[in-house]
Amino acid sequence: MTEQSGTIAPQAASVGGTPVVLSLTDAELRRGERVLWSGLDLELRRGEFIAILGPNGSGKTSLLHAILGRLPLSAGALLINGHPPRRGSDLIGYIPQQRAVAPHTPLRARDLVRLGVDGHRWGLPLGSRGLRRRIDELLTEVGAQAYADMPLGLLSGGEQQRVRVAQALATDPALLLCDEPLLSLDPHHQHAIVDLLDRRRRAHGTAVLFVTHELNPVLPLVDRVLYLTGGRFRAGTPDEVMTSSVLSDLYGGPVEVVRAHGRYLIAGAPVPHHPDHTEGVQS
Amino acid sequence: MSTDIWHQIFNYDDYGQLLALVANSVIAAAVLGVVGGLISTFVMMRDLAFAVHGIAELSFAGAAAALLLGANVVAGSLAGSVLAAAVIGAMGVRVRDRNSAIGVLMPFGLGLGVLFLSLYKGRAANKFGLLTGQIVAVDAPQTAWLIGVSVVVLLVLAVIWRPLTFASLDPDVAAARGVPVRALSPVFTLVLGLAVATTIQIVGALLVLALVVTPAAAATRVTASPRLIPLLSVLFAVTSVVGGILIALGSSIPISPYVTTIAFVIYLACRAAGAVRTRSGWARRPPAVVAG
Repeated sequence: MTEQSGTIAPQAASVGGTPVVLSLTDAELRRGERVLWSGLDLELRRGEFIAILGPNGSGKTSLLHAILGRLPLSAGALLINGHPPRRGSDLIGYIPQQRAVAPHTPLRARDLVRLGVDGHRWGLPLGSRGLRRRIDELLTEVGAQAYADMPLGLLSGGEQQRVRVAQALATDPALLLCDEPLLSLDPHHQHAIVDLLDRRRRAHGTAVLFVTHELNPVLPLVDRVLYLTGGRFRAGTPDEVMTSSVLSDLYGGPVEVVRAHGRYLIAGAPVPHHPDHTEGVQS
Repeated sequence: MSTDIWHQIFNYDDYGQLLALVANSVIAAAVLGVVGGLISTFVMMRDLAFAVHGIAELSFAGAAAALLLGANVVAGSLAGSVLAAAVIGAMGVRVRDRNSAIGVLMPFGLGLGVLFLSLYKGRAANKFGLLTGQIVAVDAPQTAWLIGVSVVVLLVLAVIWRPLTFASLDPDVAAARGVPVRALSPVFTLVLGLAVATTIQIVGALLVLALVVTPAAAATRVTASPRLIPLLSVLFAVTSVVGGILIALGSSIPISPYVTTIAFVIYLACRAAGAVRTRSGWARRPPAVVAG
């Protein structure tokens, strides 16, 4: 297949003088013999929101790891604010998916946020008044101050993810990497988290890369979509990528995309190894 | 009749003189309590209780070998511990792989230890002590060893405390923030090995868990504060081990039943207190929290 839309043209609204936060040029990533993706060109500008879609094993999370400096590209260039990626960079905030927390895990909401502030430094966790104020600020920003002192294991999944957002914002990052942060949350909590991300990028210009299996919950925020499947990819606005012909081409089989009530319904896409999508339907 | 038995077990007539004799041991025990209390907070965070048991059995084998060869028992026990820690550390991070490897390692270590002990022709009390504890038998040079190793453990813990906490409780985000999650794992296992080897000298290989797991297991029942847990845990461990020695002094029973019983009672009390706290909602929280 020829990568006819390898370059993602930023939406008209975000072009102009807006600085580029993340740029990938002719990037390739291999795991062993397998090429996850190659020839990837991507520019993410301040305040932009890009959703990364695709089946498991298509290299979505690996792309995040490359940006975090945990995986080197096998070819091409990757720049963050004009510099090569560095492990533990303060420019990047990372929000993982929600996971069950064991009931007696010795962490309160404020402690999780604190890990984001200074957990990576050596030495003993000696606090200061300034640190406490900073943590309170972050918790307030995401509306989690009411349960700041609750153990993480006693919070709901949605509350935990709010705290995760606060943790990711601890270094005031220019780029937020989100790895399925809405997974296993109910629609109400999904909406709350999406709203937090939207407010953040509007107020601070934080760019967002959002890996997800489901486009619909974030659709109102999405500037562009990067769709990865088995070594191929397609990028563009949701309307450009989420069509029957593009997805059929990507998957190499018939895929039907219907747009209804502001949502994309996809039927027929083979989604291997994903227990949540046994029927191959993305809703 | 029953008072006779009571007198056989407990006799506090010469308590003051006895106490003077074991002053060194009490100091060593207090230091080990501090080490055990601190290390146990990470054992809980990293779910390593079973690894502690595995390390203890190999440490026992090392100590038994040293006893047989007439070498320094603490050194032998350290060698066994470090070897076990290295093997467990090399087994990788995945809990399932790790636990089966430990399950294989543990009986082998215990078997070796039994072999060495059966070949040993010395005092029987020495044999038994390695398994079930012998603080009173700890002499001055051994005390120096124990304190020296403990200081090393405490220093390393102080340096890696924050990133180790991050890596143990939130490994994905820790890795994203540049914490060397994978490298910290063998470092901690090694430190744990040292702590276990020293603790064995007091409570014995079979009862190490009472000082290296129980204190933090109790503390995490009553609080989730990362500052309070190590403090409480140290308090519980020191209370158990020093309290155990002070009671054991006037008794004919070895120290370990006292230590383990005190630790267990503290744990039960914390469980009860924690259950009450959980039922009442744990922390104060406005009743009508906006869902989310």
